[in-house]
Amino acid sequence: MRLRFVAALIALLAIAGCHRPGAPAAIAAIAYGNAIVMVSGDHQAAPAGATLEQPLVVQVNDADGNGLAGARVEFRGSGGASFYPATGLTGSDGQLAVKVQLGSMAGRNSLLAMSRDKTGGRFDLNGAATALGYQQVLGRELAEQHCARCHDSRSTAERVSNHDNLGVTPHSLDDGLATNSLGTADLVAIIAHGGAAIGRSPEMPPYSPTLSVSEIDALAAWIRIVAVPAYGKP
Amino acid sequence: MSFRVRGRRVRKWFFGDSARAFGTLGVLLLALLAIVPAKDRFREWLGYQKEYEILIRGRTDGVALAKRFQSGVQQIWLPERDVTDRCMTCHTRLKETSLAGVGQPFRPHPPIPHSLTEFGCTICHRGQGVATTVEEAHRSTKAWEEPILPAQYSEAGCGQCHRDGLKGTPQLNAGRVLLARYGCVNCHRLVSPEGGASQGTDRPPSLKRIAEKTTREWIYFWIKDPQAWAATATMPNFGLSDADARDVSAFVISQSSPGSIAPAVATNDAGAAAGAELYGESFCASCHAMQNAAGKITGGDLAPDLTRVGSKVRPEWLAAWVKNPAAYLPGTMMPHFRFDEKQIGLLVSYLGRKQDSYFPANIRLEPATAAQIAHGQKLVLEKGCAACHEMNGVARPDNFAPDLTAVGSLPPARVLLAPGVPRTLPDYLAAKIREPHAFGREMKMPRNQFTDAQVEQLVTALLAQTSRSQTFPAALRRPTPVNVTYQPAGRAGQLMKDLRCLSCHSINGTGGSMAPDLTWEGSSVQRAWLLDFLKNPNTLRPVLIRRMPRFNLSNDDASTLADYIMTAYQTPAFDREEVDATKLTPTEASRGKSLFYGKYACNSCHIVDPDNDKGYIGPTLTQAGTRLNAPWIFHWLKNAQALRPGSLELNWNMNDEDAWAITAFLMQQKNTRKPGGER
Repeated sequence: MRLRFVAALIALLAIAGCHRPGAPAAIAAIAYGNAIVMVSGDHQAAPAGATLEQPLVVQVNDADGNGLAGARVEFRGSGGASFYPATGLTGSDGQLAVKVQLGSMAGRNSLLAMSRDKTGGRFDLNGAATALGYQQVLGRELAEQHCARCHDSRSTAERVSNHDNLGVTPHSLDDGLATNSLGTADLVAIIAHGGAAIGRSPEMPPYSPTLSVSEIDALAAWIRIVAVPAYGKP
Repeated sequence: MSFRVRGRRVRKWFFGDSARAFGTLGVLLLALLAIVPAKDRFREWLGYQKEYEILIRGRTDGVALAKRFQSGVQQIWLPERDVTDRCMTCHTRLKETSLAGVGQPFRPHPPIPHSLTEFGCTICHRGQGVATTVEEAHRSTKAWEEPILPAQYSEAGCGQCHRDGLKGTPQLNAGRVLLARYGCVNCHRLVSPEGGASQGTDRPPSLKRIAEKTTREWIYFWIKDPQAWAATATMPNFGLSDADARDVSAFVISQSSPGSIAPAVATNDAGAAAGAELYGESFCASCHAMQNAAGKITGGDLAPDLTRVGSKVRPEWLAAWVKNPAAYLPGTMMPHFRFDEKQIGLLVSYLGRKQDSYFPANIRLEPATAAQIAHGQKLVLEKGCAACHEMNGVARPDNFAPDLTAVGSLPPARVLLAPGVPRTLPDYLAAKIREPHAFGREMKMPRNQFTDAQVEQLVTALLAQTSRSQTFPAALRRPTPVNVTYQPAGRAGQLMKDLRCLSCHSINGTGGSMAPDLTWEGSSVQRAWLLDFLKNPNTLRPVLIRRMPRFNLSNDDASTLADYIMTAYQTPAFDREEVDATKLTPTEASRGKSLFYGKYACNSCHIVDPDNDKGYIGPTLTQAGTRLNAPWIFHWLKNAQALRPGSLELNWNMNDEDAWAITAFLMQQKNTRKPGGER
């Protein structure tokens, strides 16, 4: 009898020990919306495994298209992306911001935000982030140093943009509509030999004596991986 | 039926006579023998290899892939690098780029500059190379000490050999900058395999004459929470209680030598307005930041924030400092501006009014008692203040904090535990940096306010400090470029030291990175222009905010400097006087013009005609003909990177004809009118 009591005690302790106090309690929706939209944080790039610089901010709207507080949003990602928190309720402005940590493999991570309407029907929002490998990180650094002054129209105190001073307006480097149609050999040729080499503007100068072959490959890899819409098959 | 009876029957059935016993033992032996091949049959890696074979069978390139596939345990063995990696047993085709997109463990390795077979896997990724089960290879178990490095710290792998600021490892590089900038290396030793210990770049000031500079009340406020005073402060927070801060401030003041206090300076409101103008004209903001009316901090980060400097320093000290900073702090980066007495009065009027209403009204300290000063001294010794600051009567402590040279190989058993922190090395390091006192109030390490990204950068830099990194063969190591300490000589050298040219400019590998490298300046510019520039600097680039200060140089000093620069800083690559006049004809110049605007589109970045050209990345060339030497332009167009490595200018590799033509065109540019205004 005593043996059985001790066994029961041990079993109880074991169960209590296994219960993780940090495990999140289930979050129940307070309100139900009709649509979910992206506010900010889509299409960011960071090294594989890193946390995105900006949070992913989504908004749940009601039938009138206004932000709805208290709607439950659940996040899932492919490619190993994880969210903190993975589930949450929208704030008073109908928005919810979550931190995103990318997967450990270089490549595109899809980010999915889900919510439900009154009838339990699911509605989704698809976003994407890019986990960079070594080559793409190098490409990003090189692009920041050599390309962004002209190809990025945004100015910072340290790097004032030259974008609007040029005769032919340069494409943004993540402009997939412009770059996806170029073969990789052409892309590399434009960087290495300048726009004039393939009949485009000479304002794009030739970088081949300045950058090494592997550096130009890295730039091309960066341009490919940040292209919106995405380059090639996902 | 009792157990005993049943046992007797079983025993009789199996071992009743010798034949039964023989048969039973034989069967048992066979079963035992079968365990070994069976164990082999069900090895984890065999399952992965089968899975791979199934995966490639369905592919169009399956035959080629199958041909390259080798079954069995695969191993990379590099005894001289201490690598025995069997990772490719399961990660079967790390080099099959056509498999991009398939899941692990069959994904190809993303492109890196190293060959997998020459370096193996564990040098960069860690983990147990010899293990052939998932658990043992990747995670830390009792027998294995190095779990796989989490992906966000991958650059730590590169940092074991690369101390040369590899371009593809921004996180590692930033972490190393932080270790130096926030003075971590003032307390912690961090020795490179070449033998040099990392040096801080934070330049903590000497406190030997602190009583001349500021008040005990300010010290009290500052040491309690430096970031509350200035968000950009690099001094960490020691978590001092009010009483501790009171006693430390008492000791710091008491150890200061009295020094000679300069006479008070008369200040007034009118002077403050004129002082603000002088502050702007002198380009103080190139180094000092200030909070503007909108609450935004603007200005450089080389020197202290001056938003509330009037509540910090004594006006008479400020006057003496502005007059000649090196008189108070010989190692300062601040130049000697050669302000006259009137200008000093204006600046002190302006800066002295940069005060905080909260301070000092809310801080009142009673005169310190001897016991408080003694307690303060004890705290100063305990907290290691002298590891950063020079003080009277307190020696710099040696080996004050743990040596971090091999912190990246700290075994998990030696990782301290704190509530809520997983027991892994990266998590421990991150937690320790974020909140050192979580590991015990008695911890000496102070806290800095780092962002999440900065913590990741620091952890990456620390994880690169493996014990392996100390033993790599010299041929693999990429050390930090040798820090030469160049100092110009003679009277001009004294002048350049006085003006602290090397705080911003770099010459022969020594100096700052804010302003252009002057190593070959003498080959580049014309003396008349240089002399004019030294006396009255202007910016060459319309978009640059930072500008060179005006140092109020005498004609004599300016010409000494110009002569020295023109003579000492010449490249051996060419002679600046050697100009072939036949190359610089008007015909050539007009051909150069069409090349400038056509083939090479130089106007994308440079302005020659201020009314029509718009590009403003490179220097304005309206005065190129009076500023530059023709051979410099010619060689610059051919290979700018050879003249100034890291310049934004491309290596055009231009042919001689085109380069001379553009040189001829630019040498015609002697316009003294600057874009947007009169000279």
